[in-house]
Amino acid sequence: MKLLTHNMLTSKCIRGVSVGYPLIINATEVKVNQTLFNSEFVSKLIPKVDWPVLYNAAESIGHSEDLPKEAPNDFEQNEEFLKKAHRALVEIEVISGNLVCPESGRKFPISNGIPNMLLNEDEF
Amino acid sequence: MYLKYINTSFLSNFYKYLHLPLNNFFAPIYPVSWFACKSMSKLWKKYLLWFAQEHVEFRYAEIESLLSLFNIEMKYEQKPQNQEPFWLVEFSSESDAKLLTSRSVSLRKCLELWGHEKSIDLLHSTVRGKSGSFAAYFEPSKSFKIEVETVGRHFTQQEKVAKLEAFDYLPIRGPVKLKDPDVCLQYIEFYGTRTVNIPTTPYEVFFGRNVASGLRQLLKKLSLKTRKFIGNTSMDPQLSLLMANQAQVNSGSIILDPFVGSGSLLVAAAEFGGYVFGSDIDYLMLHGKTKPTRIKQQKRAKDESIKANMKQYNLGHKYIDVLINDFSLPFWRDSMEFDAIITDPPYGIREATERVGTEKQNYIVSDEHLPTHVPAKIEYEIPSIFRHLLIFASKHLRLGGRLVCWFPVFRED
Repeated sequence: MKLLTHNMLTSKCIRGVSVGYPLIINATEVKVNQTLFNSEFVSKLIPKVDWPVLYNAAESIGHSEDLPKEAPNDFEQNEEFLKKAHRALVEIEVISGNLVCPESGRKFPISNGIPNMLLNEDEF
Repeated sequence: MYLKYINTSFLSNFYKYLHLPLNNFFAPIYPVSWFACKSMSKLWKKYLLWFAQEHVEFRYAEIESLLSLFNIEMKYEQKPQNQEPFWLVEFSSESDAKLLTSRSVSLRKCLELWGHEKSIDLLHSTVRGKSGSFAAYFEPSKSFKIEVETVGRHFTQQEKVAKLEAFDYLPIRGPVKLKDPDVCLQYIEFYGTRTVNIPTTPYEVFFGRNVASGLRQLLKKLSLKTRKFIGNTSMDPQLSLLMANQAQVNSGSIILDPFVGSGSLLVAAAEFGGYVFGSDIDYLMLHGKTKPTRIKQQKRAKDESIKANMKQYNLGHKYIDVLINDFSLPFWRDSMEFDAIITDPPYGIREATERVGTEKQNYIVSDEHLPTHVPAKIEYEIPSIFRHLLIFASKHLRLGGRLVCWFPVFRED
């Protein structure tokens, strides 16, 4: 699971959970894979991403590195920033561990990089 | 590959394509006058679009989608006939013709049309009369070749050579080069699309200069026969690419398939530059642990997955994530926006239509069973699937983005 995906996932469908965001990451294995950088794609993502959530997620799994705490206003022209954002959004990958609902504590296991968001029939 | 065969024919026989928004599907063929007043100053030239005779019913939707994606104006010289593989059109620049053709899956080639007549003799007299105006292509420095194709009727190689030699009046001064010539000329005799009562003389004869080729070679590259990970309902590459084109996937597009299965549609979307997400309720499928699909395969390889497929085609960097979820429940944040949703939902025939749930009242999974509990499934009725798809699309598709999906229809025949 990439941190971009984490940034977009909630557990709001659990009965009794109202926001379910951001999910807590308990990672047991994290990988960083270098991938082709596409500035157009990354700058398109920035306005959609909740930046503090991304920063905290990266920090919580020990990969905040030199990621800025806030996204600059001129991000579209700031290639250095976009490359850091690219790394945080799509290069860092949680291979195994759990996503945890911040309200109910419900765990969603991640294995082989694939989060299992399925709920049991009595949970929604 | 027996299973695949059934799958494809099954789709084309029983399903109609649902393509949204609907007003795009039924886009009008613009009257020539509309273009004429808009673009008087441009120099329009005649081109021939030559289609492959496969998935004929998707042609129009593909071309229309690409024209609007690239903002290309194209005039219809003649209203396209349903089954006929040739469309007579006009473009105001050759780059438009190239751009359209090089992204199309249903097109074989696009020719700058030098001659189009109802008989062979007429065509030769037309081309002979106009050959002076093509002098730029006949210069000694330009290598060339002429290809002969007879559509709808078989000819021997010897007969085809004779058809080729009939062009010896062309004042070509360059050398012949069979592979990648500077100028490729194409001669086509069209004998209709029927398999019986084939006429002895062609209905139509075309001659022109090859401007661009379509993406037919991609079908071989993405063939399911050589793909690492496939499932029982993996979508045929050609149909997948047609869907990605209808969805107007482009470089940097963000794409979702919420019934992703083995991810065939994501391969097609990534091939056109999309960054892809997928989700599915089937845990075993996403982890590549279902029963092998290939008859001769005893068990699946350890690393079979959608991700492995993307890597196979050098599209690994376009793969974002797949996740296991129940599409009927909301998981995405409200601000998540996709450029297109491309999907082939289950119909309950080859893949079960399921979502998590139970018929039992006030059912609770006991603590003792919780660690190993597999959620019970109930029927996910087709109308609900499509209702959820439409609601989801209205929430998570960018304005103007497209939802392209299959919709099951039982036909009279």
